[in-house]
Amino acid sequence: MSIFVLSYYSLLLIASCLAAFYNQRSAFLLLFSLTLVSFIVGIIGGADALRIIAIGAGVIALAAMVSYAFREFLILIVSREMAKELRTAPLTAAFGMFVIFAYAIAGIFAPWIAPFGEAQVVSSAFAPADENMLLGADQLGRDMFSRLIYGTRNSVGLALTATLLAFFMGAFLGLLAATKGGILDNFLGRVADVIMSIPSLIFALLMLSIFGPSMPVIIIAVSIIYAPRVFRLTRAVAGDVVVMDYIEAAKLRGEGTGYLIRREILPNSTAPLVAEFGLEFCFVFLLVAGLSFLGLGIQPPTADWGSMVRENATLISFGEITPLIPAAAIALLTVGVNFVVDWMLHRSSGLKE
Amino acid sequence: MSDILGLVAKRLGLGLIILLVISVIIFFMVELLPGDIAQAVLGQGATEENVRNLREQMGLNDPAYVRYFHWLRGALMLDFGRSIVTQETVMGVIGERFRNTMFLATYAAVIAVPFAITLGVVVALLRNTIFDRVANVLTLTSISSPEFFLGYILILFFSVKWGMFPAIASLSDSMSFWDLLERTFLPALTLVLVVTAHMMRMTRAAIINLLASPYIEMAKLKGAPPWKVIVRHALPNAWAPIINVIALNLAYLITGVVLVEVVFVYPGIGQALVDAVSKRDFPVVQACCLIFAATFILLNLAADVGAILTNPRLRHPK
Repeated sequence: MSIFVLSYYSLLLIASCLAAFYNQRSAFLLLFSLTLVSFIVGIIGGADALRIIAIGAGVIALAAMVSYAFREFLILIVSREMAKELRTAPLTAAFGMFVIFAYAIAGIFAPWIAPFGEAQVVSSAFAPADENMLLGADQLGRDMFSRLIYGTRNSVGLALTATLLAFFMGAFLGLLAATKGGILDNFLGRVADVIMSIPSLIFALLMLSIFGPSMPVIIIAVSIIYAPRVFRLTRAVAGDVVVMDYIEAAKLRGEGTGYLIRREILPNSTAPLVAEFGLEFCFVFLLVAGLSFLGLGIQPPTADWGSMVRENATLISFGEITPLIPAAAIALLTVGVNFVVDWMLHRSSGLKE
Repeated sequence: MSDILGLVAKRLGLGLIILLVISVIIFFMVELLPGDIAQAVLGQGATEENVRNLREQMGLNDPAYVRYFHWLRGALMLDFGRSIVTQETVMGVIGERFRNTMFLATYAAVIAVPFAITLGVVVALLRNTIFDRVANVLTLTSISSPEFFLGYILILFFSVKWGMFPAIASLSDSMSFWDLLERTFLPALTLVLVVTAHMMRMTRAAIINLLASPYIEMAKLKGAPPWKVIVRHALPNAWAPIINVIALNLAYLITGVVLVEVVFVYPGIGQALVDAVSKRDFPVVQACCLIFAATFILLNLAADVGAILTNPRLRHPK
């Protein structure tokens, strides 16, 4: 029994007793079940496994503190209306917002943050980390950290452009279908059915094999694949709005389709659409990351997270975690966006899981 | 009863039409190439004669719709022509691989389905407790991670650090079934992680949606314990959405399998597709796409038919 193990268990037990004493039911449940799990894990994996648990708990606690502080910060700087909404946000949502904020900063200020250029060869291949290179070098001797920062700009930028395009296409056609109805509605609905019944990755691969992997092709292909989702949602939401009396009134006033869409339907269907935008972004981001992991995304030497994972994958068999970092960057952003979306879906009662 | 049969038949017919439309898309998309396939394969430097020969060999001189019907007739008999790059028959390239992919997907499904439904029921039972919230965060994380991230994490820990399972899923004919299961455990586990999270969330949602119904209230009022309310009263009525969820996720496996196969160098159809795409081997790409799309549509069809068959309102018409 080392000092670490003893203090680990005593800390957990003291914390659970305190939680029980102050009637913090859920905190007690969490702490005590962690203690029980630690007993089992400790017997199987020894002190090392406990150390991993302790580090994990520390990281989670740190993330919780950061998100709490970030939420309070946001509440202070935004207007009163927004602050009221933000107070209802759970810590996970605040964490998501913090992640999005951090990525935005990294993407916008990439050239100032990154110590080297994205295609600049600065040392030998797979050089280990030193004081110049935080994360070491990649397979060509380029600085991993700089490429990671530039990757924010390229990968997220590409996904964001594709999402925006998909969203505008889908939302526009959906609104059109809902207001016009009839043959156009039917036709667009069938087209959406067909596109959605092809698996997205397969469809993307088909298009890329024909038109070759270049930036515009990826953006257009991905936005065609994901536009039908937005189309369906917009049509459904707008369809509920279209039958309202105030739309009838506007029609009787003699307003045109454009006015109806812009001034009457859109303002009344924003909440689910914003949530859908977040979800859509996650799907697009994962698809684009998958494509570039397969070597069919943004072409080198542009830094891109998916291809960085693939290029450095050999390092994993030596027990290095470097290739996992870009993959983790992808996961972290999608998790963050999902947390925010989860909160928004929960809040807007119009749309349930 | 005839009502149900009619609905099922209608759904099957619709599925068939969609499949046909997709085969048209897959075939004619290649026609969108500037020039034609022969030109694209041989590149800019090809002599006029070479291009003409290849055109002759691939039958490119016929009009497109004739070639489409020819291709479709071949596809129905599992004959997709020859690969442009290796000159092998396409079925020779992907036949064996298709079996491997199906094996991997089945392996993952057999583990994931019971696991996910049990967990989904448990989480629905413990809803709004700390466990529910932890499960929510964990499943969201798992859904949001790219498949290759999960795959490499599993490789790092299970094969590099602890040496429990092989990192590369190479197969050979002489392997026993247990060997096969051990070899393919990590790719299957990656798929399980991704799919389980989806299924669990949807099972939970399906059950919780039912909990507001009057008969659940009734069951609670007569004093049934919470687990009994869920297992005996809510679950039978949640089967329809749950079956739907299972089929949808199996369809999702079909896409996920491509990335996982590349991570684990698994000799499956997904890898064949990726290789063919980078080599621009169109007959193989078309065949793989058609197979993936057909499986996807069949599973979606199964989801719809399952939902129709398990819907008590349709089973006992008034």
